[in-house]
Amino acid sequence: MALEDALLPLNEDDGLSQDQRAELWLGALVCAVIVLLLAMVVFIVAEAWPSFAHNGLHWFGSGGNVDQQIEAIFNSSNHLHQAVYTFHAWPLIWSTILTTLGASGLAFICSLFISIFLVEFAPVPVQRVLEPVVRLLASVPSVIYGLIGVLVVVPFIDTHLVTHGENASVEPVISLTGGSLLAAVVILTVMIAPIMISIFADGLRAVPRSWIEGSLALGVNRWRTFWNVAVLSARPALVAGVVLATARGLGESVMLSMVSGSIGFAPNPVDGLIFFFEPSRGLAATILHNTEQLSSPPMEHTLFAIAAVLLFSSLMLSLIGWATKRPMSRYFLIGGVSR
Amino acid sequence: MTRQAAVESSSSWRLSDRLGLAFSWFLGLFFCVICAAVVIYLLVQGVRYLSPDLLWTNPKVGFTQNETGGFLAPLLGTLFVTSIAMALATPVGVGVAVWLSEYGRPRALARVVESTVEMFAGAPSIVLALFGLILFRASFLGFLTEKTGGVVYGKGFFPAGAMLSLLALPLVVTSVREGLQAVPNHVREASYALGKTRIATIRRVLLPAVRPDIITGSMIGAGHAIGDTAIIVFLLGDTYVLQGVGNVPVLGTLRGTGSTLTSYVFDNAPTGDLNQPNKAFAAALVLLVMVLVINVFVDIFGRKARELKWT
Amino acid sequence: MDLTLEPPPVRQLEAGATLTVRPGRGNASIHRLEGLAPETTFEHGGHHTVVPTLERMRVERLSIHYGQKQAVSSVSLPVRQGEVLGLIGPSGCGKTTLLRSLNRLTELTKSASISGRITLDGVDITGLEPTALRRRVTMVFQQPNPFPMSIFDNVAYVLREQARRKPRKPTLAPLVEEALSRAGLLEEVKDNLNHPALRLSGGQQQRLCIARALAANPEVLLLDEPCSALDPQSTKVIEDLIVKLREEVAVVIVTHNLQQAHRVADHVAFMYLGELVEYAPTRALFAAPREQRTKEYVGGAFG
Repeated sequence: MALEDALLPLNEDDGLSQDQRAELWLGALVCAVIVLLLAMVVFIVAEAWPSFAHNGLHWFGSGGNVDQQIEAIFNSSNHLHQAVYTFHAWPLIWSTILTTLGASGLAFICSLFISIFLVEFAPVPVQRVLEPVVRLLASVPSVIYGLIGVLVVVPFIDTHLVTHGENASVEPVISLTGGSLLAAVVILTVMIAPIMISIFADGLRAVPRSWIEGSLALGVNRWRTFWNVAVLSARPALVAGVVLATARGLGESVMLSMVSGSIGFAPNPVDGLIFFFEPSRGLAATILHNTEQLSSPPMEHTLFAIAAVLLFSSLMLSLIGWATKRPMSRYFLIGGVSR
Repeated sequence: MTRQAAVESSSSWRLSDRLGLAFSWFLGLFFCVICAAVVIYLLVQGVRYLSPDLLWTNPKVGFTQNETGGFLAPLLGTLFVTSIAMALATPVGVGVAVWLSEYGRPRALARVVESTVEMFAGAPSIVLALFGLILFRASFLGFLTEKTGGVVYGKGFFPAGAMLSLLALPLVVTSVREGLQAVPNHVREASYALGKTRIATIRRVLLPAVRPDIITGSMIGAGHAIGDTAIIVFLLGDTYVLQGVGNVPVLGTLRGTGSTLTSYVFDNAPTGDLNQPNKAFAAALVLLVMVLVINVFVDIFGRKARELKWT
Repeated sequence: MDLTLEPPPVRQLEAGATLTVRPGRGNASIHRLEGLAPETTFEHGGHHTVVPTLERMRVERLSIHYGQKQAVSSVSLPVRQGEVLGLIGPSGCGKTTLLRSLNRLTELTKSASISGRITLDGVDITGLEPTALRRRVTMVFQQPNPFPMSIFDNVAYVLREQARRKPRKPTLAPLVEEALSRAGLLEEVKDNLNHPALRLSGGQQQRLCIARALAANPEVLLLDEPCSALDPQSTKVIEDLIVKLREEVAVVIVTHNLQQAHRVADHVAFMYLGELVEYAPTRALFAAPREQRTKEYVGGAFG
């Protein structure tokens, strides 16, 4: 090996083709990765198609008890020529929207303030503690969040927050046992905030010092300088952080299946305070909930349909993120070169 | 008289500014408190129920928590499946990163590859799990798992490891790519000027230079693989004990089924099938410790590596 | 060094020329005049202007240390409206540190310690809130640093921050246009006020930074080598601008370009290794420097 390296390639063609070969192999590798992604999309949509075909747009609508529908779908596998596919997923979709948007919104506010604090206003000892804390919270497995949720948060809500009166008022429809929207949103916020914090902090740290100094030199105080100039300049990082964290929250299945209550119920904001205590189950958690039922073909198609919706939602998110970054870039030209 | 330069105090700020700063302090400390609470709670409960024999006995059938044995198999399962995942993700990740950074022609293809990696990063793990299910049920891949009477089982350590590697792949790619981009161009030019081919430069100069990034990327990816549950629940099969297939030693286990610490905790939580919270705590503690160790390692290693860089 | 205040330069009026008296900008009333002639007369473009010479700031025995290293030792200087004070000297002589101490930007460095006194209109600046001080003493930096916003928003930045309630665009527009015109940029950009500021050329960006600084209606304008990153044409435009501005604000400019100091400054302070070596009217310092070190520097021996 050493000898081979010491010698300059005597034959020009040999050296070139060595590079060409390497490029071909690596090119094949990346193409394989692309093919894998395409395969994923194609296979999932193909498996999902029967469910969509049978339900049409009503797949996304409401109508009937979604849990009963799942039951029916599973049982119908015994009569394959009469397979039942009726599925109106609205309660699941609504639950996913509520939990994801709720957690993302809450996490955004917390993460913005915490990251500004972390980058500029925290004294050094506090910084040295807060940074590892954020990293640690980001790496805790979701099943552990679920475990703590089920053993601490859910009982807490059940015993301390839900009153007998409230429980009685919804008795006929559902029972409030602590597994709720509130638990789901709170724990999901704690799960996704660290992602946002680290991306926000990176973006804030990358703001050129000259802008900050310029603003300070004009007599604007540090807090307002940071909000006006740094946050403004770090907008692409803010978008990236929100998109990544929301995608994470969208796909979360394990923790949510443990703490959000396992009923396909659409929480009703009209219910007032009780709204937060109502159980529900999101799309991802529903798939996890029905793992064992995968042997039944109609069930399988239905679950894959849910997965297809999840997949396209996360793809849409990335697209939104990319689209919002484009118009911002015109403000970031420095010397004509886009940052 | 010499005095220390006075620093801008917040007393001159408007009320809304001061409230904002106070709110930041509150949130920062609140998160520290949550983190401490999580760690301490798990520590306390876990230590209460964790006894050394749990670590080296297998799960057994029983009625009370004292009889059901420990979680040796799930522990081995975690280690095994993570190793498979990283053995796949690291080379592929490095290859993709090298291609993106050093080659990248045609440009359209490079952009597609970048988007692909991003989309894998954003794909929910449960979607990856379902994809794995379809993929490994194909008959031509039947050799990878059990095949009984023409029906491919499609679940096992290898399928789970493969899908976990897709989970970890974007992390490795990002880390290595950033490392490669940080290498100044004059290093590459110096190597070319000595007559080395591009691939030789990559192998002899660039890859050794980004070894820290490869390691940190892999470690972060491994951390994510260790913590994942959805893929395991779908793809690892339902046996609590490692159940190999066939007679070949390692290959048998690869094709076989088992469980991991994450699925063990999931099953033993009050919402799971077994409902043995004490065991769940103990396993969760072990899981958390593993993740913590990786975190600390990445921190220290990353810091040391940064000190030795191109300054 | 002992502070002897030189009488401000008086230029000869031509017979039959008209005198116009314009009050200086800024909010302070006239304070100590200390035996100075109360007015300075300027001639430019054919007519003459007479402005009251206000001493805006005074530096008294200022010393600045960064940790162990002494950056400025016992400097005393006046800063007057109606004139441009040029700070010259080789690299590392402390002129930029001195400039930055005038608006307390030195405080951004943790290891800085200061002794001596700087007053603004008679008040010690350490007694003022830094933000209040920096609105009256604004600064333009060496590298143009317009914010990543539109031209309008850049100039309106300080105006929006100063107001109790966010002022609306129609209220701000005339103030923005006035600042831009004082900076000599209005003609070039008045149709494009909503365009991103970063699309302007280097010279335009720097004039935008000047307009942004002027929008706050400061009493003192600090310029830290404002033309060193610009081409000769932009430099000339800005130098003309500075000369015009001195009627309204006190200007302090740090420059390593001796020709620029000669063109633009009325008084020049030569610094070396943190010390104020010589302070004199421009013509006097360049034509007949008193100190040996000044002679060597101005003769081009170093720096």
